[in-house]
Amino acid sequence: MAVRAQFENSNEVGVFSCLTNAYAIVAVGASENFYSVFESELQDVIPICHATIAGTRIVGRLIVGNRKGLLVPTTTTDQELQHLRNTLPAEVKIQRIEERLSALGNVICCNDHVAIVHPDLERETEEIIADVLGVEVFRQTVADNVLTGSYMALSNQGGIVHPKTSIRDQDELSSLLQVPLVAGSVNRGSPVVGAGMVVNDWLAITGLDTTATELSVVESVFRLGEMAPGGAGGAGVNKDSIVESFY
Amino acid sequence: MSMDLDDPVYFAQQEQVAATILCCNCGAAIDGTLSAGALCSDCIRLTVDVAGGVQREAVIHCCRDCERWLQPPNSWVVAALESKELLAICLRKLRGLNKVRIIDASFIWTEPHSKRLRLKITIQTEAFQGTIIQQQFEVEYVVANQQCSGCQKSFTHHTWGASIQIRQKVPHKRTFMYLEQLILKHNAHKDTVNIKEVSEGLDFYFSKRNEAERMLSFLEGCIPCKATKSHELVSMDIHTSKSVYKHSWSVSIVPICKDDLVALPIKLARSLSDISPLAICHRVGTSINILDPCTLRTTDVPTAVYWRQPFPALADITELKEFIVLDIESTGISNGRFLLSEATVARASDLGSNDVTYFTRTHLGGILHVGDSVLGYHLTGTQFNNDQYDEIENSHQYGSTIPDVVLIKKHYVRSKKSKTRTWRLKRMAREHEEEATAAVVNVPTNKRQEQEQARMEQDYEMFLRDVEEDQELRQTLDLYKNRQYQARPDQMDEDDDVDEEHAVPKINMDDLLDDFDELNMEDN
Repeated sequence: MAVRAQFENSNEVGVFSCLTNAYAIVAVGASENFYSVFESELQDVIPICHATIAGTRIVGRLIVGNRKGLLVPTTTTDQELQHLRNTLPAEVKIQRIEERLSALGNVICCNDHVAIVHPDLERETEEIIADVLGVEVFRQTVADNVLTGSYMALSNQGGIVHPKTSIRDQDELSSLLQVPLVAGSVNRGSPVVGAGMVVNDWLAITGLDTTATELSVVESVFRLGEMAPGGAGGAGVNKDSIVESFY
Repeated sequence: MSMDLDDPVYFAQQEQVAATILCCNCGAAIDGTLSAGALCSDCIRLTVDVAGGVQREAVIHCCRDCERWLQPPNSWVVAALESKELLAICLRKLRGLNKVRIIDASFIWTEPHSKRLRLKITIQTEAFQGTIIQQQFEVEYVVANQQCSGCQKSFTHHTWGASIQIRQKVPHKRTFMYLEQLILKHNAHKDTVNIKEVSEGLDFYFSKRNEAERMLSFLEGCIPCKATKSHELVSMDIHTSKSVYKHSWSVSIVPICKDDLVALPIKLARSLSDISPLAICHRVGTSINILDPCTLRTTDVPTAVYWRQPFPALADITELKEFIVLDIESTGISNGRFLLSEATVARASDLGSNDVTYFTRTHLGGILHVGDSVLGYHLTGTQFNNDQYDEIENSHQYGSTIPDVVLIKKHYVRSKKSKTRTWRLKRMAREHEEEATAAVVNVPTNKRQEQEQARMEQDYEMFLRDVEEDQELRQTLDLYKNRQYQARPDQMDEDDDVDEEHAVPKINMDDLLDDFDELNMEDN
């Protein structure tokens, strides 16, 4: 299921939130409207965490995570880290990493199995990503943009990339990720798909400006219509099958 | 002719255009790598208005009287309808046009009476990152009337505070043409509000009295003239005892020109180093320089002296006749460039009909040769209505010394075909007094105007010849190179055939000035 939402008049929902199959992190805003969209979709399914990172609201761009783990930048305070630890499920590993490119959400794009990262990312960071998130790491660009996290939205079902990505690049990325990819836009033609939406295996939240066409592309590539909305169980079956085929 | 049937046919390798994304607006499948902002070209055309920031209507100001266009903030430009200059003014008028790139702009024809100008403009601008959009639109200008500052001045009373009226009572305008050149050379007319041409003279208008006085002192320094001042009270404030006057100077120029024959009053001639009273004026500076052609004695009549005892010219250059030199013999007496000679001449018109010859003494011995053509005054058989001349005729001392012919200057044969000169003079823009009246009464004045025009041209040609022949005169003027003149080889040969002696004097190209006003760009 795909829904439209807005964070305090901004369409860039991916900037202010982070959504995975195991948890969701939402920035602390002046109004609870944005939080309530998550709440209405995810309540009783996964924990939703109100958080700030280094005192800012742009949590979606600073952190990156999947079902298995969560990476936070070095600027995260101990208090914030403690709050995240308390709120998130115990099986989710949380790691603070020392990385020059501290906006982890911009430089890393991952699902539960693969991560596409900025080519200039440090070696140690790459190892930590592999360990904590339990993924295979590939250094790649999306349509010649190094900010893979900004220009790509990824789930275990599929992915959407920058609209200017050529078919050849899409094929290459798709063969690395082992999921179908499609080029597209969100928020009425915005190419920053990673920052304009958040997605997990059964839910996508996009900016309020997203057109019907864009939403239909999102729904079809992430296969959101096929699954039940409350879908931890249904998704789980699917997930397992993917995991089997992957290894 | 063979048909190239066997040649291999090449197909251009066509890039496979694959649709990669759906247009975010309409859902059409398009190639994302080429599209702008995930929009298909139709949607871009429909939704993006790059010319939105540009005005579509504007007002442009035109002066109804002089038909000049206002170029903000305050200059007025002459531009024809649908001209480049007008286009530039129109484009400059549009706000927001500086942010886009103008590809093309052209006028759409409109009826001149409609007071509308329509412009078709094509612009380009970057709409999305890396996407340049070209758009064409029309702009309509309303032509509003606004009187320009120049016309405002000319239609307002009391814009001039001082005027100088220069008059010379002679039948030609050579003096004014010379004066025009002097004024142009010294830029003496820069303070004038208006310059009007009237019969027998010029009127100069100034806004301030001291500007007129400056002009007056310039005039007194270069021509023999007399000024009379008068003023008129315009307004007076009795409380502050301030008053406004209009000052006028009436300047009369001595009505004697170069090459005129003069008959001096005998008394005056005696006081001027006892010169012969029948003499020619050979130069006019600030005083009149007089030469007796029979003795080569020269003297000058100061302006003040002239006005104490004014005398008219006996004959002016319009009365010159052509003579042919039959015999000439130098006497050896010389004065400057003049060489006294004794010549036997005959009227050019008499040749072949009778054998009447005249013996005369002339100052032109240095340049005249046997067979030359020369211009002079024919005194025998001419009836002068002149008191001074009668006095000379009746006097015992001078009555017998009156020559038959007084030679004035050498006559050069000019071909009528080659009227263009290598040099030219600048002219001053003047307003004709008659213009307004001529417009009202059309038919009768037209013929008169035509005659006037012809006479002006004739005077000007005569003045140009003077400039050509008189080096002394030339040095006081600014001569410019003539751009229109192109020496044709056949014409040059023709000139060479003529004997060097008879050739029209030529002006050295190195003495001419380049005219920078005329340097303008030309279209290909």
